[in-house]
Amino acid sequence: MTNGTPLLELKHIHQIYTSGTRKFTAVEDVNLTVQEGEFVALLGPSGCGKSTLLRILTGLQKPSEGVVLYRGQLLEGVNPHATIVFQTFALFPWLTVLENVELALKARGVPPGIRVPRALDLIDRVGLDGFENAYPRELSGGMRQKVGFARAMAVEPELLCLDEPFSALDVLSAESLRGELLELWTSGVIPTKAILMVSHNIEEAVFMADRIVVMDKEPGRILSELKVPIPHPRQRQSDEFRALIDEVYALLAGQTQPESVELGAAPGEAGRIRSLPDVHIGDLAGLLEHLAEKPGDRDDIYRITEDLTIDSDHVLRLTEAAELLGFVTVAKGDIELTPLGETFAEASILARKEIFASRIRRLPLVRWLIGMLQRADKRSLKSEVVKIALELEFPPEEAQKQLDTLINWGRYAEILAYDDSDEEIYLESAPEKVAA
Amino acid sequence: MGLFENILPPKERMQRLFTWGDAAALLLIAVLLYGGVRLAFNAPAEIQGPTIRLEPRVLPWYALLSTGRMAAAYALSVLFALLYGRAAAYNRRAERVLMPLLDVLQSVPILSFLPVVLLSLSAILPQKVAVELASIVLIFTSQAWHLTFGWYQSLTTIPKELREASDIFRLNAWLRFKRLEFPFGTISFLWNSMMSWAGGWFFLMAAEIFTVGARDFRLPGLGAYLQEAANQGDTRAILWGIGTLILTIVALDQFVWRPLLAWADRFKLEMTESDQPPTSWFYDALHNSALMNALGRRLSPLGERLDAWLIRRSPMRMPDEAARKRNGLNILLNLLLGGLLLYGGVRAAQMLAALPIADWGKILLGTLATLLRVAVSLLIALAWTIPVGVAIGTNRRLAAVLQPIVQVTASVPATAIFPVFLLLVVNLTGGLDIAAVFLMLMGTQWYLLFNIIAGASAIPQDLKYTSALMGLKGWARWRTLILPALFPYIVTGAITASGGAWNASIVAEYVEFGGQTLFTTGVGSLISQSTASGDYPLLLAATLSMVLTVVLLNRLFWRPLYRLAEEKYRME
Repeated sequence: MTNGTPLLELKHIHQIYTSGTRKFTAVEDVNLTVQEGEFVALLGPSGCGKSTLLRILTGLQKPSEGVVLYRGQLLEGVNPHATIVFQTFALFPWLTVLENVELALKARGVPPGIRVPRALDLIDRVGLDGFENAYPRELSGGMRQKVGFARAMAVEPELLCLDEPFSALDVLSAESLRGELLELWTSGVIPTKAILMVSHNIEEAVFMADRIVVMDKEPGRILSELKVPIPHPRQRQSDEFRALIDEVYALLAGQTQPESVELGAAPGEAGRIRSLPDVHIGDLAGLLEHLAEKPGDRDDIYRITEDLTIDSDHVLRLTEAAELLGFVTVAKGDIELTPLGETFAEASILARKEIFASRIRRLPLVRWLIGMLQRADKRSLKSEVVKIALELEFPPEEAQKQLDTLINWGRYAEILAYDDSDEEIYLESAPEKVAA
Repeated sequence: MGLFENILPPKERMQRLFTWGDAAALLLIAVLLYGGVRLAFNAPAEIQGPTIRLEPRVLPWYALLSTGRMAAAYALSVLFALLYGRAAAYNRRAERVLMPLLDVLQSVPILSFLPVVLLSLSAILPQKVAVELASIVLIFTSQAWHLTFGWYQSLTTIPKELREASDIFRLNAWLRFKRLEFPFGTISFLWNSMMSWAGGWFFLMAAEIFTVGARDFRLPGLGAYLQEAANQGDTRAILWGIGTLILTIVALDQFVWRPLLAWADRFKLEMTESDQPPTSWFYDALHNSALMNALGRRLSPLGERLDAWLIRRSPMRMPDEAARKRNGLNILLNLLLGGLLLYGGVRAAQMLAALPIADWGKILLGTLATLLRVAVSLLIALAWTIPVGVAIGTNRRLAAVLQPIVQVTASVPATAIFPVFLLLVVNLTGGLDIAAVFLMLMGTQWYLLFNIIAGASAIPQDLKYTSALMGLKGWARWRTLILPALFPYIVTGAITASGGAWNASIVAEYVEFGGQTLFTTGVGSLISQSTASGDYPLLLAATLSMVLTVVLLNRLFWRPLYRLAEEKYRME
């Protein structure tokens, strides 16, 4: 369907946030072109700036640097030819289905004689005939999102933006809605010229899009782009489909690097600081146990999402944590237990804590925190103090996350203690030497 | 130790208790008061009050007058709240000035302004107009800050995705107000309005009965009627007056607020059906009447035309662009305002500097005396509201019986029955002291009681079961379960209550009653006395001291307590 006319162009987009005197890059030098007739998926882990990018390209947010061109014209303000279908639906709860769909038309000054039949027609087309006068609260999640689609299509947008539209739905509704959207799109009954979907679900992207733009975080940037040459309707079990999924996982999970590269630097040192992935130890142990049961202690990463029914984003975060701690190695979309990981999976609760403690002591962030605590009075610090120190390296929200993860992991390893009422972090009593 | 120098919290990160914004707001208040006092120098020395008649047949007219003043002040407050709240919510620079100002204004005891407002207005306006206007200004100041704060909070808590949807679907300012801001904020706005009306009655009654020395600032209305009746010891008229007042308040509740609440239930944000929506028989009756429905059908095309016209007239602009255009003018205005503030501040300081040391001593003593009264009334209120509130809040059957009684009793403004109470205790030793504490108590205890009831009924059932299983009884149960759970509610209630008590001191510490003047030691009494004697520097000093005391108490005592309550004891 692509006819080679660029609809939307992003040129050297940077998004930089300042916090105090520090600057943090949320999006770094993104260049992207969407052609007429294309269905593009923006895929990446949470925090990679893909939602920010969506807000920039629709004009909801101004980039710090770079320009957005729409049909070759510089975009200023909100793009009148674009609409968004929101992850959380963003329906007005006090308006009926009809009123919600109508509102977008009314705002453009369409008189009631024209807008009511058009809204009714769209409601009919998404299959909500009979629910015109229902309020959103009376509808299921899938039906609410159908209203979201009807509202977005009511204004006949050229560029339809989807912000993780299926991720708040249950599995079955999401699946049927994906099919229905694809049908509307491929049959050409809607005047939409291009679709841009933000997603963190790898399978969904491969299932729907013509082209996948893979993003990575810290800083948010485009890692790679790949075409999906499979014609619709796509078969999930087909070899080419699975091969593509494997390829995307390989891109996103990366390849285990030598330890010094994996661990990164400590705050205050030169070099990139490796942030801790936000995972719970229980989930991590679950992943390792699952792998230990597999022949050869290895598996395709994408298969794990199916076996454990968790989403790809979560699996990638767990994989990253396991890799960082030396429990697994990752190569070409496959994950394999190391002997250490195997020991951990089979160990008792106390032995697990010991292994875990010895592993996290190697992490520069943990070493840095222990060092700071040892130098402090009474070997304790207010969590606020640590947070402020972390804010020199991370944006405020991320600093809080890192602090929470540090406390969480440190507590599990019995290296740290934390008193919530004083918000004070303590070093556990047994004095330890820090590995230099 | 180089590391630690870097990581100690920079000053601006510590949530400071007192900021430059607060200082500026206090300066603004001082300058306004000074301006008022300057005007007051020309106020007539003797002011003839209206004749208040006691026949019951004048009551409907008096009730109408009182309600009219309330309605006028409320309309002003709403207008103010919508505009001010909007400016603060959508313009980050304005927010930095407007919010601290509002915060200080909110904690200032409004009644302390009454004498200054009355005197300055009577200096420049005809007597009748001045007093009417003063009462409206007073009620306005008691309602506006609260409403504005609520509206600002609504605007800033609109979910991000709804705001983004409004942007992407290009709703202009009007449609955004009609379809997003108004529906989103309306329920809390209604509840705040009801609170404001309850508070407004308190201030209106005080304004209607205000008399000092030869200056009779009374206004014909329900408050003055009750005061005159008590003055003359006319029990029958007192009963008629109280009856009319209660009837007026109940009628407003039934015919205005309940129907509005029932109607506004459609704007609930929850995505699930609520199990107990507010109901109103009057709303149901209106909703089902053929006449109203016909009217609605007539009006809807008109509404459509209005929408279409407004959409054509002002297409969507991003809020940021709109704000940027007025920058130049803003700077000029700021400079002008700053200059005016500075000049006024210097003049006010000059006036204060000329005040004799002895007067400052009186103010200090008075402030301490009033503080003591406020503390006593709060303690008495706590002593009875905690057990009763917990009993009502944890026992459904008791709540069903007592809740309506408590609500009606609480709706009677304390200032209205103050003269009646005075009649009873005026001849006892220390009668006015008792009456003053009584008025403060009446003005404060309900806030506490309602908060404690809410807190007690919010204690989670599973915690109650757990403490029963652990065999917690008596004091141990109170200490480990009930008091910690109530703490945030008690603090919230006590903050409002202490504010009310300070206000009450103006009316309570100095009264003209039965032809004689009674007063006791207190800062409220000083304010009234200086109004009577025309000692304007003292009036300014006393009023400012009271404002400063209350603001400081709020910042240094209540706010840390509140923070503790929020952080440590809030159940989620």
